[in-house]
Amino acid sequence: MTRLRSLSLIDAIGLVLLAVLALYLAKEFVGDPSRFINVSIIGLTNGAIYGLVALGYTLVYGILQLINFAHGDVFALSGLVASTIIVSVFGLDESTGVLVILVGLAATLAITIPAFALLNGSIERVAYKPLRHAPRLAPLITAVGVSFVIQNVSLAIYGVDFESVPNFIPRTDAIRIGDIVIPWNKLAVFAIVIPVLLILTWFVRSTRQGKAMRAVSQDTEASAMMGIDVNRTISVTFFLAGALAAVAGLVYLLQFNMRYDTGFELGLIAFTAAVLGGIGNLTGAVLGAFIIGLVQALNEGLDGTPGSDWTRSLVFGILIAILVFRPQGILGEQTPEGA
Amino acid sequence: MSTQGDVRPGVRSRVQRTWLLIGGLLVLGIVYPLIVDSLKSLPLIGDFVPRTDSMVTILIGVMMALGLNMVVGYAGLLDLGYVAFYAAGAYTAGWLASQQFSQVTVHFGSTVSPDLSGIHLSMWLILILAGVFTTIVGILIGLPTLRLRGDYLAIVTLGFGEIVPQFVRNADSIKGFDLTNGTFGIAPIDSLGIGGFVFREQSNKQDLYYWTAIGLLLLTIFASVRLRDSRLGRAWIAIREDETAAAAMGVPLMRTKTWAYAMGAFIGGVAGAFLASFRAGAFPADFYFNFSIFLLCMVVLGGMGSIWGVLVGGLILGYLNIEGLATIGSKVQQGGLDFDPTKYQFGIYGVIIVLMMLFRPTGLIPERRHKIEVAEGVHDTPFYDVQLEGTLTDRDQSDD
Repeated sequence: MTRLRSLSLIDAIGLVLLAVLALYLAKEFVGDPSRFINVSIIGLTNGAIYGLVALGYTLVYGILQLINFAHGDVFALSGLVASTIIVSVFGLDESTGVLVILVGLAATLAITIPAFALLNGSIERVAYKPLRHAPRLAPLITAVGVSFVIQNVSLAIYGVDFESVPNFIPRTDAIRIGDIVIPWNKLAVFAIVIPVLLILTWFVRSTRQGKAMRAVSQDTEASAMMGIDVNRTISVTFFLAGALAAVAGLVYLLQFNMRYDTGFELGLIAFTAAVLGGIGNLTGAVLGAFIIGLVQALNEGLDGTPGSDWTRSLVFGILIAILVFRPQGILGEQTPEGA
Repeated sequence: MSTQGDVRPGVRSRVQRTWLLIGGLLVLGIVYPLIVDSLKSLPLIGDFVPRTDSMVTILIGVMMALGLNMVVGYAGLLDLGYVAFYAAGAYTAGWLASQQFSQVTVHFGSTVSPDLSGIHLSMWLILILAGVFTTIVGILIGLPTLRLRGDYLAIVTLGFGEIVPQFVRNADSIKGFDLTNGTFGIAPIDSLGIGGFVFREQSNKQDLYYWTAIGLLLLTIFASVRLRDSRLGRAWIAIREDETAAAAMGVPLMRTKTWAYAMGAFIGGVAGAFLASFRAGAFPADFYFNFSIFLLCMVVLGGMGSIWGVLVGGLILGYLNIEGLATIGSKVQQGGLDFDPTKYQFGIYGVIIVLMMLFRPTGLIPERRHKIEVAEGVHDTPFYDVQLEGTLTDRDQSDD
C-alpha cells in the first residue's frame, strides 16, 4: 500500500464519523471536565485489564494465525481459582494488615501464573498442535469447543454463583486534584499491569526466546531453517498468554465479581481490542484495549449516549466499523514484525 | 472419476439399497406421529422415544443446521452467529402475524378473526417473507465482512449474533415506538392453517406441525442437493478448497460468498418463522450465542458439507438437547448418581466438537470431497489479500 493515495469513499465516510465523534467528546469535555476525566479514569482502568487479555489473543494470533476462543475462559477460570486461594486458603479479608495482603496477593500470583501458563500450554498441545496442518477452519472450530469445555469446568467447580473477594484494597481516594479522584483500588490495577507490560516488552524485545517468537511469527519455515525450535516457541507463546490471563484474572477479581461465563464476554471485548489495535501487534492490543475501555466507560457515564444497555452492541459496532474502514487495525501496518 | 455409463451390477444394487433405505426412513418419518404412542410403550427403550412436539423442534433444528451447512460446509465460511437469522425469521413472523402493531389492522389470508387488531398476514406467505427479509439481513451482514479472511468473518458473525438478541431485548422503545416488546417477546403469533382449518385449534396440532416440518425439511434437503451440484455450489466448493485458484478460474469471490451467506440466511429465516408460529411466540431468551454453537456442532458431528451427515448429526444432537439428556439424567439419578447432564450440555457439545476435530474431522458421514481435502491438505491462505490491494500476504510460496 502506498503511503499517500487519494481518499476513497470508504475512507471519507470513516473520517467523517471520526470527526463527529471527536466533536461530541470535545463538547462533553468542555461541559463538565472533572466528570469527563473521572469517567475516563474508570475507562482506562478497565482498559488495562482488557489489555492483558487482549495480549493473550494477539500473541497467539501473531504466531499461529488462530483466534484462541478459549483464552477468555482460561482468564475466567484463573480469576475463580484466585478467589478460592485468597478467600479459602489464605483467608485474607479487610482486617488483614497491608503487608500481609501484599504478600498474599503475590503468593496467589505465584501459584496461578505457573498453573495457568501450564494449562494454556497443555490446551495447545492437546487440541491445537495435531491440527497445525489441517484446513484453517479446523483449529478455529476446535478452539470454540475448548472454550465451552473450560467454561463448563468452571461451572462444574464453582456453580452459577458469582465469586468475589473482600474489598481489601480500599476504595478511598489515593489521589485527589479538585474534583478529580483516583481511588486506591484503581491505582492498584495500574501498579500491577504496568510492571507486567514492562516485563513482557523486555521479554519479547531482548531475550533469545522473545526474538525467536518474533522470528516465528514472521516466517515459520525460515526460522525453523535458522535453527529455531518452532514447537517450543509456540509452547512458550501459549505459556506467556496463560500467564497474562492469570494476572488479568486476579486484577479483574480485585475490581469486579466473576462467574463461570465472565470470560466469554470479556474475551470478545478483548479480542475486539486486539483487532482494533491491529491483531498480532502487542502495542496495538494495549492501545486498542484502552480505547475500548474508554468507549465503554464514556458510553455508560455520560449523558446523551445509548447507555449500558447497548454497550455490547456498541463494542461490536466498533469491531465491524474497523473491519470495514481499517481492517489492519490502528497500528496494523507494523505486523507481524513489530514487537 | 468413474464414468456415468459404466454401472456395474454391484454398484446398481448399492444405489437401489440406498434408495430403499431413504424410502423406508421417509415412510417411518411420515407415520411417526401415529405410532409414537405404541413406541413409547415399548419396554426399555420406550422412555427414550421423543414426543411429537419435541420432534418438531428437532426437525427445525436440523433444517437450520442444513442452512448453516451451506455457509460452513459448502463455502467454508465459519459463521458463529447463525442465531441472528433465526431471530430475524421469528421476529418477522411476530411483526406480520400478531397484535404487536395494534395501531393498524391489516388482514390478508390470515386464519384469525378479522376484527383482531394488528397485522395478520397468511402464515404461509410469512414463511417466505421471513426468508426474504432474513436474506436481506444476511447480505447486509455479509457485504462488509465477506471480503475479509475467514477468521475475521467468524468474529464478526459472532458479534452480530450478540447484537441481534441485545437489539430485540432493548428495542421496546425506540423514540417511544415499541418494535419488539422487549424482554417479554412477541406473543401470541398466529397459527398456520388452511382456510378455516387452523392447526392450533385441532386436537392433533403437534402432528400437523410435524408434517409441515417434515415437508420443510424435505424441501431444504432437496435444495441442498440441487445447490451443491449446481454451478453455484461447485463455485462454493472451489472457494472452500482454494480461494486463489477459484478466483483465477473466474469465480467471482464476493458474489459467490454472499450467495452462500444469503442461502443459509433464507433457510434460517424460514425455520425461525415456522418455529415462532409453532411456539406461538418470539422470545429473546431463545436467541443466545450458544444456539449458534449448537448448530455448528450438528454440522461438525455429521460432517461438514455432507447433507446426510448433517441430517444424522442434527437428529442426534437435537434429540439429546430437547429430551435425551434430560431422560438420561433422570435415569442416572434413579440409579442413585447425583449428576445432571443438562446443566453441562454445552460442555458435552464442546467435548464432541474437540474430539471430532481431532479424531474424525470429516464427521460421522464424511463428504467424499471434504475427506480428500483433509487427507491431502489444502493451501487456502489467500496469497493476494483482497483488502490491501497489491500486498502479498504470508502465503508460503513453496505451496504453489
